[in-house]
Amino acid sequence: MSTLSPLDRKLLRDLWRIKGQATAIGVVIALGVLMLVMMTGLVNTLEETRQAYYDRYRLADAFAPVARAPDRMLERLEDIPGVAVVVGRVTGAALIDLPGEVIPVRAQAVSLPAHGPARLNDIYLAEGRLPDPDRADEILLLKGFADARALSPGDTLSATMNGARRSFRVMGLAQSPEFLYTTAPGEIVPDDARFAVIWMNHDALAAAYDMRGAFNEALIGLERGASEPAVLDAIDRVLEPVGGLGAYGLVDQASNFFITEEIKGGRKNAVAVPPLFLGVSAFLLYIVIQRIVQAEREQIGLLKAFGYSNWEVSSHYLKLMLAIAIGGAIIGSLGGIAAGRAMAGVYQDYYKFPFLVFQLDPRSFVTGFLISVLAASAGGFGVLRQVFRLTPAVAMRPPAPADYSRTTSADGLWKRLLDQPGRMVLRRIQRQPGRMAGGALGIATGMALSVGMIGVQSGFGTTLDLTFTVLDRSDAQVTFTEAKSDKVIYELGRLPGVLQVEPVRYVPVLLRHGFHSHRGAINGLLASPELNRALDDQQRALTLPDEGIVLSTTLARVLQAEVGDTITAEVREGRRPVLQIPVVAVADSLLGSPAYMNMRALNRTLKEPDRVSGAFLRIDSAAQATVFETIKDMPGVAGIALKADMRASIQRMMDSGMGMMRFIMLGIAGIVTFGIVYNSARIAYAERLRDLASLRVIGFSRGETAFVLLGELGLVTLAALPLGAVMGYGMAAAVSAAFSTEVYSIPLMFDAHSVGSAALAVLIASVISGWLVKRDLDRIELVSALKTRE
Amino acid sequence: MAISPTAVSLPCFRTAGLTKTYGEGEAAVHALRGVDLVVPSGELVVLLGASGSGKSTLLNILGGLDSASTGTAHFRDRELTAMSGNELTRYRRDHVGFVFQFYNLMPSLTAEENVELVTEIASHPMDPGAALDLVGLGERRHHFPAQLSGGEQQRVAIARAVAKQPDVMFCDEPTGALDSTTGRAVLKVLQDVNETLGTTVLMVTHAASTAAMAHRVIRFADGTIRDVEVNETRRSAEEIVW
Repeated sequence: MSTLSPLDRKLLRDLWRIKGQATAIGVVIALGVLMLVMMTGLVNTLEETRQAYYDRYRLADAFAPVARAPDRMLERLEDIPGVAVVVGRVTGAALIDLPGEVIPVRAQAVSLPAHGPARLNDIYLAEGRLPDPDRADEILLLKGFADARALSPGDTLSATMNGARRSFRVMGLAQSPEFLYTTAPGEIVPDDARFAVIWMNHDALAAAYDMRGAFNEALIGLERGASEPAVLDAIDRVLEPVGGLGAYGLVDQASNFFITEEIKGGRKNAVAVPPLFLGVSAFLLYIVIQRIVQAEREQIGLLKAFGYSNWEVSSHYLKLMLAIAIGGAIIGSLGGIAAGRAMAGVYQDYYKFPFLVFQLDPRSFVTGFLISVLAASAGGFGVLRQVFRLTPAVAMRPPAPADYSRTTSADGLWKRLLDQPGRMVLRRIQRQPGRMAGGALGIATGMALSVGMIGVQSGFGTTLDLTFTVLDRSDAQVTFTEAKSDKVIYELGRLPGVLQVEPVRYVPVLLRHGFHSHRGAINGLLASPELNRALDDQQRALTLPDEGIVLSTTLARVLQAEVGDTITAEVREGRRPVLQIPVVAVADSLLGSPAYMNMRALNRTLKEPDRVSGAFLRIDSAAQATVFETIKDMPGVAGIALKADMRASIQRMMDSGMGMMRFIMLGIAGIVTFGIVYNSARIAYAERLRDLASLRVIGFSRGETAFVLLGELGLVTLAALPLGAVMGYGMAAAVSAAFSTEVYSIPLMFDAHSVGSAALAVLIASVISGWLVKRDLDRIELVSALKTRE
Repeated sequence: MAISPTAVSLPCFRTAGLTKTYGEGEAAVHALRGVDLVVPSGELVVLLGASGSGKSTLLNILGGLDSASTGTAHFRDRELTAMSGNELTRYRRDHVGFVFQFYNLMPSLTAEENVELVTEIASHPMDPGAALDLVGLGERRHHFPAQLSGGEQQRVAIARAVAKQPDVMFCDEPTGALDSTTGRAVLKVLQDVNETLGTTVLMVTHAASTAAMAHRVIRFADGTIRDVEVNETRRSAEEIVW
């Protein structure tokens, strides 16, 4: 016959016999491993792809914006030790008028070198051709923007540059590692549709911005091993006389910052969340295998009576468990590779990588397999040890009827309240509290997973709601090209349809505290602002005192600063003073990492009284279009952003970036929770099959028999609910922390909604599982069920 | 475990003062209260007695399935009561075959595979097919236990026990779950094994009439041996009525 030993054939047939249950466990394991392999693979791929993209298109290591520097200063920058390449280019703010849009779209115009590919910050031409070097009206457009606005090569568009409106022809669409994410100045999150990048010939752009023979941004490539801070300092010293705005490294580059935070978030997620799933799967495997082996008690005794050694018998059962665990791990790994690849494709589109370097993390396979195998072995060994303590003779006898004599304490009460099947249910639970507790714990773990994942869904919603209804109560935000006299606020307030105006002053700064630093802005607000506020952790509005700075929780964490500390703010505009400011409060902000100061105090410190950078508006919705039309034509207006648009773009970012993972994870959590509940039902069914068949034989109806089984399941499930809620709290905390980045924070949501929904999911899963086993129970052939020894 | 060739002339089993107590204190159950016994090699021995008289306990101890509380038991020149768990495993593997009242076949293995389960680990096994032929089930070797009648299942169990060519076979109520015709067929197989292969057979039974086919009948009561009877003339299994 075959070369398989009889024991191995028994193994295969046993696997086939418990195929339903084995599949359910295998799937749960597979999902845990899938999650791990997918997440790590995805994050690795994004990291590798980003790096390859940066390398291939020579993204600069440092950026040095300057007011206007003559080209000859490039040589002096090149002489700085550690600098390998310097490229001077011209960039400028532009506004694009699109037909049918009241609000013009903000854009950044960037110069293309006259000859050949750029030595730094090269572009990837996705469609069309490069502009003719001799033509001033030919441009390339950022592909993301063009796609969002349905523009393509051959179209024309008009843009205002340096106050002059000009008409351009789109020759091609480009992508660039510099603009993976594009964010309009003053906005927190990127939005393809509301910010554009225009590339055009250097000479044409220089002419438009009065930069002939000069540059206003230097790109720097560093030598290997060069000290970035030292080079940045040196660049600042060189450019200071010509209005250097402060050189910064790639870490502070906006697009790179966003994608880094996304990948960081993904990494954190990959480290924190899949182990939770895997842990739950491992625990389930442990419980299930314990019970499978307990049910095989007699066969173990028989094998031992034949002279099989403990090791031979245990290896047989270990093989059974490992077959399930490894089978699950293999399917999970393959699924993880496929899912990772599919997700990488989705993210490739989202992050606009022109290519993808698919890179799995071999450690994730090892971890996935190890955890599955260890859980299986632990589950098996625990029981085998107990079974092997029995002499074969004891194991050979059918187990003595479990002693229920000690469970009669409340008999009088029971007899009055419960019928026979009811008493059977209660006595069994009383008799085997450990087994019942294990079952409840298993279901509770599954529920906790759902509580955490549902909590995170509402956490994302809370972040948006809190930001856009409680914190920011304006309808729109106007940004000026540079700080203006606050007289403009009165002008805005006089516009018909504007109900309320609140000034804001943005000051770009580098904040330092000890070794920690953060490049951002200080938001100068009124002492008690009404439209855009800083809130404490109880969501009460903070009054901004005349002294000191208020940090958002995220920023306080980044800077490791507390109330009472003094932080250093290096102002990056105007006279560029360096300020020492005490931290007076921490504000609970969920978006970005803002810092707030009293605007009057901020202006006083800067010795620039009564200056504003923008305003928050509340507008009569009927008059919105006219108001925008008027504001657009006001001098010095850089742009208007509608709060609804901002909210929509944040929502989009949360739903298509790493935040998207929450939907996938919720789905998987749901399947795992169901799998666990279903398994509990199957095990209980297998364990009690003979008893249940006996009940049928002595005349119990199908319903009564099912009640004995389902009643037990129901009680175990009910016991699991409060336990699952408690464990869900920890799970929710871990998951919300894993989803929080510096761009957005996800608050811990542990509320009636998440607990209630998870509990409901468990109950529904129980009802379905109960129905499935009841169907089997109704179909059992009584005689064979009684004859068959499980 | 090597048993020296000269040991074959020794009795198959010897016990002295064998006791077995389950539980402690008031709840203690004395299953064996001091058993002294000699079983010569090659005999078919029937152990009779009521439920709880201790016959199955003795069988389990001699079969290496259970340990004694006090006293000694020898298999040939080896002391079973002094063996470690591993040595008992070797002993069962090399010398002992079991037949149980409820057959205890692996439901997931065919008749032949159930036999192979034992031949796999035995040192001088028979061909599994030959063992099934011996019990008259050669034709049904690919059937699963669920497809066999009770008598057939018990014959598979006997084939499984015989296939390793054990020195001794222990049968605990082998006909307990069978009707008399089927039971007789099973007993016949056991008698054949004893006579043709020289295997020592120890059989526990309720059915007193079975005693007629034995070389030696040991009667149990209250954990001790009440009497031992040696049959001068034995009946064939086919003649037994119960």
